[in-house]
Amino acid sequence: MLQDKDRIFTNLYGFHSPDLQAAKMRGAWDGTKFLLEKGRDWIIDEMKKSGLRGRGGAGFPTGLKWSFMPKQSDGRPHYLVVNADESEPGTCKDREIMRHDPHLLIEGCLLASFAMGAHACYIYIRGEYIGEKHALQRAVDEAYEARLIGKDNIHGYPFDLYVHHGAGAYICGEETALLESLEGKKGMPRLKPPFPANMGLYGCPTTVNNVESIAVAGTILRRGAAWFSGIGRPNNVGTKVFSVSGHVNKPCNVEEAMGLTFRELVDTHCGGIRGGWDNLLAVIPGGSSVPCVPAEQIIDANMDFDTLRNLKSGLGTAAVIVLDKSTDIVRAITRISYFYKHESCGQCTPCREGTGWMWRVLTRMSEGRAQKREIDMLLEVSTQIEGHTICALGDAAAWPVQGLIRHFRHEIEKRIDDYAANPHSEPAMIAAE
Amino acid sequence: MAVRKLAPEEIQPDSFTFSSENMAFVAQQIAKYPPGRQASAVIPLLWRAQEQAGGWLPRKAIEKVAELLDMPHIRVMEVATFYTMFNLEPVGKYFIQFCGTTPCALRGAGDIKKVLERRVGEQNHVSADGNFSWLEVECLGACCNAPMVQINDDYYEDLTTENFEKLLDDLAAGRPVKKGSQVGRRSSEPQGDVKTLTDPHLYDGSQVGAWRKRFEEEAASTASAGEAAAATASAPSTPKPAKPEAGRAIESEAADTPAKRAKEGEAPISQTERKEASDGKRATAVEARTEDAAKPAPQSDKSYVATPSKPSGGAPTPDAPSTPVAGTPPSDTPQRRDGSESKPDVTLDKSNKPS
Repeated sequence: MLQDKDRIFTNLYGFHSPDLQAAKMRGAWDGTKFLLEKGRDWIIDEMKKSGLRGRGGAGFPTGLKWSFMPKQSDGRPHYLVVNADESEPGTCKDREIMRHDPHLLIEGCLLASFAMGAHACYIYIRGEYIGEKHALQRAVDEAYEARLIGKDNIHGYPFDLYVHHGAGAYICGEETALLESLEGKKGMPRLKPPFPANMGLYGCPTTVNNVESIAVAGTILRRGAAWFSGIGRPNNVGTKVFSVSGHVNKPCNVEEAMGLTFRELVDTHCGGIRGGWDNLLAVIPGGSSVPCVPAEQIIDANMDFDTLRNLKSGLGTAAVIVLDKSTDIVRAITRISYFYKHESCGQCTPCREGTGWMWRVLTRMSEGRAQKREIDMLLEVSTQIEGHTICALGDAAAWPVQGLIRHFRHEIEKRIDDYAANPHSEPAMIAAE
Repeated sequence: MAVRKLAPEEIQPDSFTFSSENMAFVAQQIAKYPPGRQASAVIPLLWRAQEQAGGWLPRKAIEKVAELLDMPHIRVMEVATFYTMFNLEPVGKYFIQFCGTTPCALRGAGDIKKVLERRVGEQNHVSADGNFSWLEVECLGACCNAPMVQINDDYYEDLTTENFEKLLDDLAAGRPVKKGSQVGRRSSEPQGDVKTLTDPHLYDGSQVGAWRKRFEEEAASTASAGEAAAATASAPSTPKPAKPEAGRAIESEAADTPAKRAKEGEAPISQTERKEASDGKRATAVEARTEDAAKPAPQSDKSYVATPSKPSGGAPTPDAPSTPVAGTPPSDTPQRRDGSESKPDVTLDKSNKPS
């Protein structure tokens, strides 16, 4: 188990006050000026050396992302945008950071903005998080009042921070859709290139980072890249907040070292699997977008980007959804499929039409009202959606279905057989292609 | 995607105006964004309009927001219909958003849904007393506290059929209710079994400044070591500038290229540049090797560099064509700028022959 002194989010559960004074006692805003005086290049270099990979799902190295911003402004302002549109099913970590440790996030915003030459930062918080918005706004006001941020602050770097509130669209978690939404439009993703580092918010160089990636920056810079990269496994370093939900005895958020095994994670913090380890059916290890992994493969797997990728799944946002043997897995994935149907922005045809088609076919399959050859048809259609859309929502919709067919085809077949074995007034339908 | 339409005309109010406090809010929101980018405030304004109108957005409110932000009506209409948290039809006094996505469903959201269906009725219908209406929504991001619902602004988590029924009873009777977890959890900690964040040293201020030792040691080792060591130790403060292109070559557009100028409507190559390019003195100085001067320079296959013709004497002649006249032998352009001089001389291959 990770030692308490190596944890970054020391108020993850809100047992202590989130206000400025208490946050300072816990080590936030400690020597920020000293860190800024080390210079832009030092900060970016230290972040690169720390090996921090983005915590929003894709795992792109954060330091490298920061270095994409132009070194010199060509007259356009630079922006930092923090993605707090946490909507991936299973994920609830940023919420705890924003309401319980907001000052780590605000300090991270200042450090990251300084490293990228940005004087303004927007935090885009999802619409449903109304209490969290107020908590964060309160912390921002405190920071302004203490002159930690603002036009004329004690750090000598003019910096404004704004909290922007969304209105309930999963797609706005995609970085270019988020920028569109921030500009006051529908959240439809943009084509890339140009990448946001060149043409982002209002056509200016912009970097979009997840809340957790930004909030850990201050602590990493203080304690050093070597400290952070010493935790975890090669290429998958540092600490990570895991959100464990579903069929465990005690679902929780917990900050742990990357690369601990699934068994360790669940036994140490979540009180074990409901009904014991033999009762585990499958795990969705990184939020609803990643394919599920059956029990025998996941139990002793390391929870990190590379191991899970080798299991044809992913760490994503480290939202671990545990399914025990009481779960109707086909129905569970069907519900995820409905989620993507509901959240597709409708811009690209494969996604707009495909997500609904997959959901309808899966609904029939979950009742057994289908033909076995439709399973392959479904797999084929899912590969037609994957990679053929502007953003990754198409991929995210296809992967859970592919994971289901890869590991639980027998379950679907059994259901079709059961349905066929009983007399029905209506014959089983078949999908139109 | 969901098909979302405005409420029927019969129930649309005739007018909508923001209250004076809300007008102050509008001004404050617009000030958050750069001048001319007031459209960014559309979502906060629609939120406020929805609050003022009693939980839903009438057509007049949408049009009012468009006027305030100087946006076409249709742009605001698009936003109002795209984002699912804008209710286009009236909702109950307590508007219940029930999370039905998989993580909640795994922990019994189905039972909660049955309670809602039994007590409130169908989705999107306001109950007879006007108190309740409910809607199944997608993941609300409190999965460690599943199942849960959002009622107006607040989350109610860790629900069971019993405590949810009681919650509805209390709301209907106007009794105060507890927000957040309904089973006594503080937030998303493992219930009754918190093994982490128990070290008192995290909270007594002893962490403050502890990290500075590293930098002090670094500085001390720099001071004690010799000059060479000092240079190495200070290297991190002046590292090699990071390459923005690394791994993403197409991302950064070259700052000032003819293609970009052409796009912006300027002449791709200005007259002064043309003149300078044809100026032999200003051309990249390359010391012609004496042996090269005597024999023809090797022909380069790189055709994209416009090699200025070099008039004898090197005097600038504005009338001279800026590209070599067809048929001009390569030997007439001794000062090439295409890098061909630095290529290994093809005629010097004697040494490569096995002797």
